[in-house]
Amino acid sequence: MTMNANWRTFTLLALLGMHLILFFPGFFAPYDFAQQHRDFPFARPTRIHFVDATGKLHLRPFVHPLVPSDEASDSYAEDLRQTCSLRLFVSGAPYQVLGLWTMKLHLVGVDPPAQLFLFGTDSFGRDELSRMLYGGRISLIAGMLAAVAALGVGTLLGLLSGFYGGGLDAGVMRVAELFLALPWLYLLFAVRAILPLNIKTTDAFLLLVAVVGLVGWARPARLVRGIVLSAKEKNFVLAAKAMGATDTHLLRRHILPETYGVLLTTAALLVPQFILAEVTLSFLGLGVGEPIPSWGNLLAELQQYSVLTSYWWMYLPAVALVLLFLLYHSASSALQQKTTEVRT
Amino acid sequence: MAKVAPRVAHSCLLLLAVSVLSFALLSAAPGNFFDELRLNPSISPETVAALKAQYGVDQPWPARYFHWLSSIVHGEFGYSLSYHCSVGSLLWPRARNTLLLTSLAMLFAWMLAIPWGIVEAVKPNSWLNHFTSWLTSILLGIPELVLGLLLLFFAARTSWVPTGGMFSSNPASASASWKLADLARHLILPVAALVLGSAPIFVRYVRSAVAEVWGAPFIEHTRGLGIPTVRLLYRHALPVAANSLISVFGFSLGALLSTSLVIEVVLSWPGLGPLALEALLSRDIYVVMAVVLLSSVFLVLGNLVADLLLYWSDPRIRTV
Repeated sequence: MTMNANWRTFTLLALLGMHLILFFPGFFAPYDFAQQHRDFPFARPTRIHFVDATGKLHLRPFVHPLVPSDEASDSYAEDLRQTCSLRLFVSGAPYQVLGLWTMKLHLVGVDPPAQLFLFGTDSFGRDELSRMLYGGRISLIAGMLAAVAALGVGTLLGLLSGFYGGGLDAGVMRVAELFLALPWLYLLFAVRAILPLNIKTTDAFLLLVAVVGLVGWARPARLVRGIVLSAKEKNFVLAAKAMGATDTHLLRRHILPETYGVLLTTAALLVPQFILAEVTLSFLGLGVGEPIPSWGNLLAELQQYSVLTSYWWMYLPAVALVLLFLLYHSASSALQQKTTEVRT
Repeated sequence: MAKVAPRVAHSCLLLLAVSVLSFALLSAAPGNFFDELRLNPSISPETVAALKAQYGVDQPWPARYFHWLSSIVHGEFGYSLSYHCSVGSLLWPRARNTLLLTSLAMLFAWMLAIPWGIVEAVKPNSWLNHFTSWLTSILLGIPELVLGLLLLFFAARTSWVPTGGMFSSNPASASASWKLADLARHLILPVAALVLGSAPIFVRYVRSAVAEVWGAPFIEHTRGLGIPTVRLLYRHALPVAANSLISVFGFSLGALLSTSLVIEVVLSWPGLGPLALEALLSRDIYVVMAVVLLSSVFLVLGNLVADLLLYWSDPRIRTV
């Protein structure tokens, strides 16, 4: 798909914005991801009003507090007598920014006694929006770290095997072929089987990153090797070699820069693929587990039939996932277009 | 023929290497089925030790590997510790179901993608094309897991199609044609999920392959001779474009098998996916290994078939 420059800029900005939001979930989420509102399991997304029961128009949007209704455990009525205004930049539950310092400032909040569940709540009455934002951070960082790991290993092996050739090249490429001879999810299963089943969620996260990264090195290694093979015959490399440049200097200063374009495009393809790997494993109960949210284990709740059919807002994490994927896809095709434009 | 034999030998060696890799991986797994038995207070340590000796778990791994390899030759694939039967007897019905699902999905995806891709390539600036290229971009962004969940929601709400499984729990006396129709109804949802997930990728490949050929000088020349467009397309352009599409068919099998695993779990299709997941959760390593190995057999065979097809269809490869 061809894109004009404006659309390209828009895509990249939107992608950047989404990353910012997901890197600082504490500020954008109204609640902590583990905070339970036990009186309100499966509450619908809170309605935001401008006109109150008496017909008076409010300039500042407000919500009515919820009261559990008697008919069913998951149906609530709005208490129309009270109006609680929405406010920007309120102080709320404390959270950590980048694990360094503690803050209490949230983007939006609501006056007590009302609660603000913009995306509804789950079975424990936890705010789905907050869980989605925190879960997105886990999934996104897992995908990015795994991509860094896979690209790092793949680039190193690809550089060495392309540059030195011979037995090393043959060996590395045979192993890469072996890794590509297994469908990636089955390979992920096999590697996941090495690791213990019941592990702490923080360890699970790191192991997941390692596993996904380990499984994904083969394709980047092949790509990089191909570029190195053609780059090492180029005149500027030969000239540098003739002037007595060492192998490390050649690799680092002359050959590696040739691979940057492809590495960037590959990264834009790998990150969503690895996010999906995390989501799939956590969905199947093999990745990040409760109470830490990730997009995978948030979607896993949909495996219960009642949740699937009755509570549509539990699908909202999937919407965020699809949005991020679409942005990554258009970013990668924009990058591809850019690199081919530069080359020609 | 001189080209085919080394290619087949290469595939066999690759599969052997995959079997070593998967065995090595799973032997390295900490904790096994017997460790969990040992935690059970009603089973004495002697019983566990006896069971371990019976299944040869206490031997070093090369010995176990060859033992396992010989049981594969007999079609048993080792012994399932939680089902108490040979893995082969568990594996075959599941493998058949997965093959049924993925081959149907592959067939329909290509049947959809080829005309779609051709239209996109031949009429690049029509309004239809702009619409469909947006549609494929959006479908590409929706992971199969989400597609499966959405289809499940749709099925549960409308109850037009069954939400899972392979057969309805109906009397055995039902006629064969009724059973076939029942199977077809159960296939709709998983096949639709896989087709919607993979067809957009194929459309892109078909479009770029056909577009490349369509602009080639020999097509211009043939058009100049007065050959009608339809004949030009089918007789002259498609055989050339088929070349790269056959390779795509080969490597898309791996992706399809992986997504099929997820879809099978989401839509409870009794294929290899749910079997592998249960086995992984209960540490039934021979079952996990067998499934991993079998998936690799499918993939390698698919690539082999693609290469042989290429050999058959392209005289340039045949004669070089």
